Amino acid sequence: MSESDPAAERQTMDVDVVCVGFGPAMGGFLTTLARGLSNADGTPAVDSEVMPGMPPQVVCYERADGLGFGVSGVATRARSIRATFPALDPSQIPMATHVREEKVLYLLDPVGASRRSAALRGIDAAIRGLAFMLPLKDHALELPYTPEFLHKKGGLILSIGQLNQWVAEQLMAQGQVQLWPGSPVSGPLFAGDRVVGVRLLDQGVSRDGAPEPGYTPGLDVRAKLTVVGDGPVGSVGRALNDRLGMPDGHHVRDWAVGCKMVVDLPETCTLPEGTVLHTLGYPEPEIFGFLYVHPARSASVGIFVPSWFDSPVRTSYRYLQHFVMHPALWKHLAGGRMRSWGAKSIQESGRRAEPHLVGDGFARIGEGAGSTNVLTASGVDEAWATGTLLAEGVLELYRRRLPFTRENLEAAYVARLRRSWVEEEARVAEKARDGFQKGVVTGLLGMALSGLTGGRINLGKEPVEPHERIDSVEGYFAGRVAPEDLARIRAECAAKGAPLHPALMSAAGWPEIPFDGQLLVSHQDALLIGGKVQAPPGYADHVTFLDPEVCKRCGARVCVEVCSGQAITPGEAAPGFDREKCVHCGACLWNCSQVEGGRANLQFRAGAGGLHSAEN
Amino acid sequence: MSQGFHIVVCGGVVPDPLQTLEPVAGPALKNELMLPACLDPWSAHALWEAASLSAKAPGSKVWLVTLGPKAKVQQVMMAIAQKVAFELVALDGPAGGFVDAHETAAALTGAIEGIAGLDRSRLLLFGGWESASRGTGITLQLIGERLGISDQFQGVDHLSVQPDGSLEILERVEGGKHQVSVCAGPPATLGWATGSLPEPRNSPQMGMQNMKAVMPSLQKAKSSPVGLGGIEYRSVKLPKAQRETRIVKDVPVDEIASEIVEWIGRD
Repeated sequence: MSESDPAAERQTMDVDVVCVGFGPAMGGFLTTLARGLSNADGTPAVDSEVMPGMPPQVVCYERADGLGFGVSGVATRARSIRATFPALDPSQIPMATHVREEKVLYLLDPVGASRRSAALRGIDAAIRGLAFMLPLKDHALELPYTPEFLHKKGGLILSIGQLNQWVAEQLMAQGQVQLWPGSPVSGPLFAGDRVVGVRLLDQGVSRDGAPEPGYTPGLDVRAKLTVVGDGPVGSVGRALNDRLGMPDGHHVRDWAVGCKMVVDLPETCTLPEGTVLHTLGYPEPEIFGFLYVHPARSASVGIFVPSWFDSPVRTSYRYLQHFVMHPALWKHLAGGRMRSWGAKSIQESGRRAEPHLVGDGFARIGEGAGSTNVLTASGVDEAWATGTLLAEGVLELYRRRLPFTRENLEAAYVARLRRSWVEEEARVAEKARDGFQKGVVTGLLGMALSGLTGGRINLGKEPVEPHERIDSVEGYFAGRVAPEDLARIRAECAAKGAPLHPALMSAAGWPEIPFDGQLLVSHQDALLIGGKVQAPPGYADHVTFLDPEVCKRCGARVCVEVCSGQAITPGEAAPGFDREKCVHCGACLWNCSQVEGGRANLQFRAGAGGLHSAEN
Repeated sequence: MSQGFHIVVCGGVVPDPLQTLEPVAGPALKNELMLPACLDPWSAHALWEAASLSAKAPGSKVWLVTLGPKAKVQQVMMAIAQKVAFELVALDGPAGGFVDAHETAAALTGAIEGIAGLDRSRLLLFGGWESASRGTGITLQLIGERLGISDQFQGVDHLSVQPDGSLEILERVEGGKHQVSVCAGPPATLGWATGSLPEPRNSPQMGMQNMKAVMPSLQKAKSSPVGLGGIEYRSVKLPKAQRETRIVKDVPVDEIASEIVEWIGRD
């Protein structure tokens, strides 16, 4: 293959197992699998087909530039992780510690800009009126009771980036599997309906994908088994969904953007290590928040902006700033320093979004396989568990010398999953969040009922697609921003090529953010402080717009407003896309309001790079 | 040069640029093991140049000699091993830039001297002329001196091998110009600036081939206790900074300059 030949041939490599995406699910899979591939004396416990006499050749490809890309601080029961590592010492994993104290705070609105329903305003007034007898402090009510299913007792606070790195170190030291970051996968390879491997992304192409000098077609990695753990917006998982459809009654409609920062806590902060604070009620009632205290005076602070928050302009970053400035949090954070920042999409349909878990030649694990429990707000524990269950099944099939057919994988993996606690708890949670389709109060009541009745009683209705809920900008801000002001803001933002969101939030009464250069910084500065956005040259843009005219007619342009990295800008017809700012959160994928025939006008494809920050 | 070159690239593992580096007691950095790391960008240019030169001169071989925390080196190798062919020689020690350059140079020199089969008469010692960690810019020169290499070049952007085997080298000098030098041939020390080669494409096959040797090399990495030479960095003080970043494209430089001047004038 000539380096500069646009007609360069695509090369092929054969392995036994090819894996896509290195997150907690893949960590569980590879850790468990690696332990069973060789005997204690180094001889193969099971045999490779591509390298006879050797253990199976297992390769994992990850899009991000490093294996510590994970953008999550989590509080998790960590049952499955501790089952894999019974002697786990959290001090060996940077930023990990035991959960020691849990609190849930209902945050009142201290600035008067939050958009609250009449029911919530009534609740707020009642709380303020009864302040003398309630644990109300700093505009926050500490809930006296939190149901058992929400607790993370005995669990761990983790940085997923650090956990991933630590797991990768253990795996690489064993030498049984190979992990390759910086290797985006374009999609699955099919032979009929059988998955026979994956194709890596082409390199040496222009932004629109046309071959350029140095063109290198992506390698075809052929394998008997393809393990897909590329998360909720991964290209391989979505391609499988497109090709195979979803099981009856299953769909992916509920989402959230998780946006968080890691903060060096100020000396004045008295929160002990291991503290878990969960919040609801502010900055908007639909937005949930958290603060987890890691070792060495650092904390993860963040919010979740769900798809059922109907604002067409919902950049999570500005809301995150108002969240940290709430008096109940600011008293702990004032004087602190942002160490890193990040955002990611979270698939919140849970078991309802479970795709076809297996087929001939493939199996799916983790968040993209619908493992997240939407009632207990837990994903890492479940994702890891699905990985370990698959690995046990794969080892069983290897030992019995059975091929990776759909039937065999059903028996070896899916049957294990169905018998597990992951499945049992997922069934309880399946409809737990349906109430939020009708409002926050109904949603909270619905969660409580689902949790307390073991999923037998649920409120609400089946979710609709996010784009079916999104109002126009004018409709959403009616009564809060005068039409003439809105028109002026539109014109000013269009002239500057800027998103509407910051200006509209200010017009709707949200105070300006008093930048202090260390904790409260501009969105662009957060991108720089948060690590480094990697956008290696020679790859095509992964965000594209099918028909610019459709974008031109789109009034909401939610993709521009929701973009976590300000990478999508208004543009002339179709929005502009700047790959060098994209953190690959994937929010634009499910926020495009221009959907025809089930296909969004905005395409989020396989891409290289993203935020490189191990500290998340 | 019918036999080719033996090219030793000295390259440190450093936190990604833009991270704030703070020393803690001893030679380590605050949160060193947590910071995302990469091969020092200046050394990376040297490595790409070494691989390119090696490909053009049959019989050549490239070693990458690095001193850093083993776990971090391993992470970085997952990315670098996909780029070019090399053999890793690793030393396990702190790499944050707050160690004394003389100690680092001594450790790296020892590692180079221990490379089996290295032909010193064919040796080209490559590295960055700067570092993204703290940037003393002298480590490579010290290694060259310890190895007895008298031909040293810094700020190198280009190296070409002449038909007679001599090396023509372009070094950066003032005014955006290059100084052209010719030396008879190896051994020579070249501290690279940016060179002229782009970062190579990822090659999964190359990665798998390299990794077969990288992991054993990491397992054999000797502990290298640099930073115990009596120098202690107690703290760093960063200048007060108010960030107001805007990322723009396709804006004329005059316009950008005017805006910066106006911004500075606000104080």
